[in-house]
Amino acid sequence: MAETMTPQQYQEYVDRRKRAASAKRAVGTGARHFVLIAVGLTMLLPFTWMCLASFKPLAEVEELNPVPTEWHPGNYIEVFKEIPFGRYYFNSVFVAAWVTFLQTLTSAMAAYAFARLQWPGRDTVFKLYLGTLMVPGVVTMIPNYTLVVKLHFLDTYSGLIVPAAFTAFGTFLLRQFMLTIPLALDEAARIDGASHWRVFWDVVMPLARPGVITLVIFTFMGNYGSFFWPLVLIKSEHLRTLPIGMLFFDSSYGRQTNLIMAASVMNILPLILLFIGTQRFIVKGIQLGAVKG
Amino acid sequence: MRRYSRRRLADFGAAILFLLPNITGFVVFTAGPVVFSLVVSFSNWNLQQTVPFQWVGLKNYAEMFHTEDFWLYFINTGYLMLAMPVSIAGSLILAMLLSQKIRGTVIYRTLYYLPSFTSGVALLILWKALYNPEFGPVNAVIGWALHNLHLADVAQWLTGHGIEPPEWLQSTRNLLGIETEHASLSATSWGIGARDAIMFMGVWMGIGGGNMLLYLAGLSNIPQDLYDAAEVDGANRWQIFRNVTWPCLAPTTFFIIVMSFIGGLQGGFEQARVMTGGGPAGTTTTLAYYIYTRAFEQFQIGYASAISWVLFTIIFSITLVNWRLGGKQVAE
Repeated sequence: MAETMTPQQYQEYVDRRKRAASAKRAVGTGARHFVLIAVGLTMLLPFTWMCLASFKPLAEVEELNPVPTEWHPGNYIEVFKEIPFGRYYFNSVFVAAWVTFLQTLTSAMAAYAFARLQWPGRDTVFKLYLGTLMVPGVVTMIPNYTLVVKLHFLDTYSGLIVPAAFTAFGTFLLRQFMLTIPLALDEAARIDGASHWRVFWDVVMPLARPGVITLVIFTFMGNYGSFFWPLVLIKSEHLRTLPIGMLFFDSSYGRQTNLIMAASVMNILPLILLFIGTQRFIVKGIQLGAVKG
Repeated sequence: MRRYSRRRLADFGAAILFLLPNITGFVVFTAGPVVFSLVVSFSNWNLQQTVPFQWVGLKNYAEMFHTEDFWLYFINTGYLMLAMPVSIAGSLILAMLLSQKIRGTVIYRTLYYLPSFTSGVALLILWKALYNPEFGPVNAVIGWALHNLHLADVAQWLTGHGIEPPEWLQSTRNLLGIETEHASLSATSWGIGARDAIMFMGVWMGIGGGNMLLYLAGLSNIPQDLYDAAEVDGANRWQIFRNVTWPCLAPTTFFIIVMSFIGGLQGGFEQARVMTGGGPAGTTTTLAYYIYTRAFEQFQIGYASAISWVLFTIIFSITLVNWRLGGKQVAE
């Protein structure tokens, strides 16, 4: 059939095929966007409802209209009057910042020993280390609680910070990053007379920066939202972190949905901003964390 | 014995110093506690000290297996994990849609990741409000649909029963029809209740989270040649998925399944503490929440440690089984 075509006919035939293919693609792309947008809306709707509810006057919180008839931005100020919300913010950020600092430092040092130094039994010790990632939190929680009681850390910042300062996950993540840095750099620095600490701090750490940033974000986020540990450890109101403060606010002001939603918005907003600002590190970090799979 | 050069000895010394802070913390807060909790599980240790301390051997374990509570909470934990395949498949589908050349990928990805990134007490409180049977928007939408789309009338006409919007977190009903007091099934328990509410919410939170990102990474690692070769051979889309995409993603899927099991078996604590208090009638009490109530509300440290060790054993064996089965499959 194709042999009897003139070049012109052939060109028309090709064009027709191309048009058909691109029309098919356009339909496919449209359908894909339809699904993607539908899922996106499902993700967004609860957040939208939360924001709208946070602006409702008290009289409207049990009404079904999603949009407030009268906008009450004052709800946000009201939250600060009812509970020490600023204090909760401070506690959460303070504890999370300390935990992040200590975790990053201790796990970067351990990662240096696992990735950059030669010593007998290194890989065996590392495997044992990885194995502990499987130990579920529920097993260590109770002994850690009794230990913290013994150390007189109950109801203190130290109790929140110290047990959380060590991580096998961070060691693993940073080791993976450090393995990608050429060893020749360390050797050159060592020959120039640099100590291990200088090599670690001035050579390896700057080059491992993407990994460090990823770990910092994960650790900070994880501890900002940490719930179980502060729940069992903190008794004083002025030491409550955001999640604990939110829990008690919700159980004692249950009917004032508008205020509770305002507090929730204020709880979540920093997270959303942080996520948008640091997305590429987060995506990278999650994908790297599973390489061992 | 091999002799080490001075240089290597110096490295060894440095390694010890660099490891010291992390290893110390690890021994004190992870390894030590694991052993300690096993030892304590053979005692009747109670933090309130109303009962004198005593070694009781296997009594805690015997008691646990003989009370129906443990089994019911075990079922609850498993029930919440039923959504795992749906959630994982959803993550895969979303990742496949996003991995093709399409506008706005970053925006979609951000939107999908939002719930899992902000997950925590604030979102649980939000969902508690959403699920409120009287004032919540979920039932407002369902009620509207039942009334205005005449779905209620259709149901009435078809089955002779009307349908009401679910009571969500206040109902013991469930999609499998598990009875509340016994580990058996009955039609009267069938419906949508607290466990389903938590399960649906879990899918919403998890579907666009870490698993989707892992699948996206997995998809981007599949060499284009394989797709081209399949197309040249005239494979249709399903065949390409079945013979190229799915096998190439097997290690990712395997990793996700293992992690979901580990997470799922320890899960449900925050939901129970924030949304339901473990109720109604204990239907949302998972093993993790059960341990919490025993240890930190009734202060029975010995008994709670025993439950946590049983949970640990279950997690460990399931991970091993997964490893055996999955490892083989991935190797093939």
